[in-house]
Amino acid sequence: MSSRFVVLLIPLAVIAIFWLMARREAATRGPGHRGYFDRNGALLGTVFIALVGFWTVFLVVLPYLYMVVESFHPRLIPSKRGGPEDVLTIAQYRSFFVEPSSGNWNTIHLWAFIYTIGVSVVVAAFNFAICYPIAYYMAQSGTRQRVRVLMLLLVVPYWVNEILRAFALRLLLASKGLINQMLMGAGITDGPIDFLGANVGLYVGLSYAYLLIMVFPLYNAIESLDRNQIEAARDLGAPWWKIHRDVVIPYAKPGIASGCTMVFMLSAGSLAAPQFLGGPRTLWFTSIVYDFFFQSFNWPRGAAYAFILLVACIAFVLLMLRVFKVSLGETIR
Amino acid sequence: MSASVELDNLTVRFGSFTAVSRATLDIAGGEFFSFLGPSGCGKTTILRAVSGFLDPTEGAVRIGGQDMSGISPNRRPTALIFQNLALFPLMTVAENIAYGLRVRGVGKAERRRKADELLELIALAGQGDKLVSELSGGQKQRVAIARALAVQPKVLLLDEPLSALDLKLRQHMRAELRAIQRQVGITFIYITHDQGEALTMSDRIAVMSDGVIEQVGDGKSVYDSPATPFVASFVGENNAFPGRVVSADARMAVIETAFGRLAGRNPSRLTAGDRAILFVRPEAMVPTAGAPEATLASEVVSVAFEGNLTHLYLRGSGKKEISLSIGRTAGFAMPAQGATTPASYAPEAGLVLPEGALARE
Ligand SMILES: Nc1ncnc2c1ncn2[C@@H]1O[C@H](COP(=O)(O)OP(=O)(O)O)[C@@H](O)[C@H]1O
Ligand SMILES: [Mg+2]
Repeated sequence: MSSRFVVLLIPLAVIAIFWLMARREAATRGPGHRGYFDRNGALLGTVFIALVGFWTVFLVVLPYLYMVVESFHPRLIPSKRGGPEDVLTIAQYRSFFVEPSSGNWNTIHLWAFIYTIGVSVVVAAFNFAICYPIAYYMAQSGTRQRVRVLMLLLVVPYWVNEILRAFALRLLLASKGLINQMLMGAGITDGPIDFLGANVGLYVGLSYAYLLIMVFPLYNAIESLDRNQIEAARDLGAPWWKIHRDVVIPYAKPGIASGCTMVFMLSAGSLAAPQFLGGPRTLWFTSIVYDFFFQSFNWPRGAAYAFILLVACIAFVLLMLRVFKVSLGETIR
Repeated sequence: MSASVELDNLTVRFGSFTAVSRATLDIAGGEFFSFLGPSGCGKTTILRAVSGFLDPTEGAVRIGGQDMSGISPNRRPTALIFQNLALFPLMTVAENIAYGLRVRGVGKAERRRKADELLELIALAGQGDKLVSELSGGQKQRVAIARALAVQPKVLLLDEPLSALDLKLRQHMRAELRAIQRQVGITFIYITHDQGEALTMSDRIAVMSDGVIEQVGDGKSVYDSPATPFVASFVGENNAFPGRVVSADARMAVIETAFGRLAGRNPSRLTAGDRAILFVRPEAMVPTAGAPEATLASEVVSVAFEGNLTHLYLRGSGKKEISLSIGRTAGFAMPAQGATTPASYAPEAGLVLPEGALARE
């Protein structure tokens, strides 16, 4: 039995589960309670279940599941699919660690993986450092009018297309770009600085792309803090940085965790910024995945790599939440 | 250790709105001093100026004789208890109390010792490891006091600290606050809109209205000799009879009111022809005829029996009724509802003041 057949059975199973849940609701509630089918009628009720089931299964569950299955298969030309060579294998996952052709450690991909995670952590931390003061100002100390202007200034640049923004940044940072021209014109440097080669563009681009994603959870969290708590700490003798350390940051921790998690995840999975702003020798992990899918048409290996990244990111985030004692539920409040 | 607090011509404006106008007074070290006034009269504003969260527009605040201008709240020898307490919800009770010591770099063991000592003072010994959310309203109140006392302030500022409590607890906490103040011996500046609190706890009271200090004095003098119609009508119940002075000497004045000529003390030295208001306390009136210029007659609107007192409400000239509070042992026959009864008072119990704004009911 092909594993692809299993995949096709799943939609039916999910629909059956939804149907059973609806029946159970009718059975377990008290007599006065009208069950799902009583409320919606048999026909409409079935249609709803079918629609929700379809949406869940075909748009959410199946694609991922298909990818999981794919990642456990060897790479085969279409005519050999389903043939005797089409067996379940962990070769694709293994190839991430050990180069299949030479049997050596796959240092290039391993390094790209570590680099991607590392840079994403730094981007999240850097974004937090930039956004915390902005969010604090907007939430606690700014006058209403200034906060509105600031918010507009933050949001408007995002109306511009992501790729356009990346290229604009490229123009700024290029060897003959505005910044280098200014530096040389002012006599600070003699020759142009290779910002793009040194990945400065990548870091700036990534940070800038997810600025808003950091600002808003922070703003939300800090905004609900009672101003009197800040004043109470100050009245008790705390200098400003102790007020932030002891009162504001502990209170805003769920928001901080939420912002950092999202920026980290999005940065680790980003494609545009590394593609357009990364230096020529920089290998971003998502770009490797992309190339497997669209350059070498090695879907199984691309899928395996994508899942390695996904699982690693989730594990990392859960570890960090544990370390900082935040529950997952709090971050999505 | 306590310190005196002086307000010198203190004025605070928000834009064109004057929240506090030329407040001048001296609060002695170790005094329990209250600001009493209706909500919105500028009490919190004064407290924020003393604690340093707000800069005076004009004038100065001096604590222990030292000018406080330019000194931030974390460097003043004051501690503030907020209207909503503002305890730190993520810290335990002991951590809350010791927070001021922590930011001063006091070691952990010493902090704990000090917190336990203060927990003892506020009768919460052994509850230091609880979360603030596990405490009752009265307990939170006491933790806020302990947290403020931990930094050994010379002046404790309290912004309507009892307003969130229920009546029974409020009365209990009055006595407790007063006891704590005696024990620690520092200056307390207490803000309230509740005259009962101000009268029972304070050494002296400043009565405020619309940003202006109307009168400063101990409870007895504020109650017995109010300086303005506002104070007379805000502190305690009072019957007001507006009119015009017909005759006056240095001691007494007689004014023509809607109920005829009535007499009272004349501390403001009003003279014939001045517009004035006569105030007579409900407990100073009895339902019988007395001296002709201290007797009026009116219809009984209602009678309310309240155990030790019976309240008699007579029809007044305006919307407000004339009220009489009669002690049960005084031995008066109570007139029935709808009957017309005389009511009188000792002329010395009446007080004639120049016309002015009354407290809003
Ligand atoms: N920051 C501020 N900006 C503008 N007006 C204020 C501000 N703080 C207080 N006020 C006004 O000043 C007046 C006095 O306020 P407050 O001192 O809080 O009164 P109280 O404590 O006696 O109730 C009120 O009318 C209030 O609206
Ligand atoms: Mg107030």
